[in-house]
Amino acid sequence: MIEVEDLSKYYGLTVGVKNLNFRVERGEVLGFLGPNGAGKTTTMKMLTCYLPPTSGTAKICGHDILEQPLEVRKRIGYLPEKTPLYLDMRVREYIEFVAHLKGVPKNILASDVDRALEQCGLGSVRNRTIGKLSKGYQQRVGIAQAILHDPDLLILDEPTLGLDPKQIIEIRQLIKNLGSERTVILSSHILPEVSQVCNRIIIINEGELVAVDTPDNLRNRLKKSSVINVKLADSEKSADAASFLSGIDGITLVKEGTAVKGSLAYILESRPDADLRREIARRLVEEGYPLLEIFSEELSLEDIFLQLVTEEAR
Amino acid sequence: MTKLLAIYKRELKYSFQSVTAYAALGIFLAISGYFFFSLFRFYNLISFQATRNPQFTQSLNLTDGLLRPFFSNISIILLLVLPLLTMRLLAEEKKQGTFELLLTYPIRDWDAVGGKFLASVTTFAIMLGGTFICPLLIFLYANPEPGPIFTGYLGLFLVGCTFISIGTFFSSLTDNQLVAGVTSFGVALFFLIIGWAVPFVGPRFADVLGQFSLLQHFDGFSKGLIDTQDVTYYLLMTLFFLFMTLRSLESTRWRN
Ligand SMILES: Nc1ncnc2c1ncn2[C@@H]1O[C@H](COP(=O)(O)OP(=O)(O)OP(=O)(O)O)[C@@H](O)[C@H]1O
Ligand SMILES: [Mg+2]
Repeated sequence: MIEVEDLSKYYGLTVGVKNLNFRVERGEVLGFLGPNGAGKTTTMKMLTCYLPPTSGTAKICGHDILEQPLEVRKRIGYLPEKTPLYLDMRVREYIEFVAHLKGVPKNILASDVDRALEQCGLGSVRNRTIGKLSKGYQQRVGIAQAILHDPDLLILDEPTLGLDPKQIIEIRQLIKNLGSERTVILSSHILPEVSQVCNRIIIINEGELVAVDTPDNLRNRLKKSSVINVKLADSEKSADAASFLSGIDGITLVKEGTAVKGSLAYILESRPDADLRREIARRLVEEGYPLLEIFSEELSLEDIFLQLVTEEAR
Repeated sequence: MTKLLAIYKRELKYSFQSVTAYAALGIFLAISGYFFFSLFRFYNLISFQATRNPQFTQSLNLTDGLLRPFFSNISIILLLVLPLLTMRLLAEEKKQGTFELLLTYPIRDWDAVGGKFLASVTTFAIMLGGTFICPLLIFLYANPEPGPIFTGYLGLFLVGCTFISIGTFFSSLTDNQLVAGVTSFGVALFFLIIGWAVPFVGPRFADVLGQFSLLQHFDGFSKGLIDTQDVTYYLLMTLFFLFMTLRSLESTRWRN
């Protein structure tokens, strides 16, 4: 579907991206992660044939972005970062205009336009002026123009930027639905979003690729220890809990966590492959400690991200 | 072609939704009407005096006395008004980022440039058509030759197309509408007044300069002559700046 080979882009002396290599298979939803200025937008602009790369190239559906840009553009739908729209046009009028530009055949043009409007929940505002819509609805119009001709590949640059939480959830759901039928590349700063929606993640930093993997594999790869949280009721019995817990076999570290009044929290670390939850629970109950909660903590995507990006910097 | 047409239609509709187009149209019609009125009064005055001087009557005719100055006045007003019309063509879209999205659709650069250019030409043709009421008024009171009126309008149309293509080019160079407007005005003015230098530069240069002068090529049209050389000049100028526009789009992408 997408093959990126040694793709580089320099803006004068500034590095946009440097020697990117990755592949995306058909039907994948790929998350593009990286701090500000990492080169996400730059990469997307090159894949949409807007910016020519300084060196290297990419193939989309077998068509080279440099040699057959028209063929490539026929197959992609693109939502740029700032959602540029013709604010003076009406929603339906604009989508029709885009349909003409994308070469949608006359006989299916009207139905295609209506389908795109429907899919993005724009039916009720079809005759409103785009400039007078709220940001969320403008974002939907942007997505509608991208999915209009049913492209094989959707490229969405920060599709949920500037939306309220409710709309973020709706747009995410929309992207999920879209992703069930086609390939999607999406960039984002919101990590839970990426882990919810995407089945593969690319992390780039300062123009260089840091990691490409599924969210689960990334978690496992970076897991240095497994972490278990324990919460006890605050009673006389609990006073020596910390020393008791560190006495359990396999526990390497015990820290006191923050807890609400009336309870005590402990964070326990053990070797990454061990799951000591059952053992800990059994021992605590046997000894009569007032156990309230016990759960193991997954490494969050934030942790992974920070770990990778800061490791890179060092 | 449908893609060019889609851009053309959007552009045309947009320009008639915006105040700028109406302002430009209004100013253009008002000023040309004013010029026509004063030329008409002046011609009236002269004719009146001529009745007392029979020799003078011989050299007096409507084409030279009224139409030619009218046409040359309009060409000057076009110089002022057309940059207002063309300055936003590409600059505005570049600024708003819609141009980036436009260029990721499966269209050729030409569809965008051609559609926009033709839309401006249409708006301009409507403006020019509006002034046609002035020569029609002459027909009410006199019998002017229709030939020079027709060729004069053809000439003005060609001059306008040249200005529009110059404006399109400068609008493609920047995302600042004001810069686009000012530079296209400057360059169009340059081609208009380049002919003024002809008498001072010696015979060799005079010929070359004259060939480049917008005004010199207009002269024939206002007298009722259609010279292929003049027509070719305007068409070449127009195509040259359109071609330059395409090149500039390409190079902005590569430079970016
Ligand atoms: N037109 C440009 N001219 C010069 N440098 C640019 C240009 N566009 C981007 N850059 C530089 O290229 C680098 C990558 O920018 P890019 O916009 O791709 O980052 P990003 O990952 O999209 O960041 P963000 O998360 O803030 O959107 C940055 O250092 C940026 O300053
Ligand atoms: Mg970006």
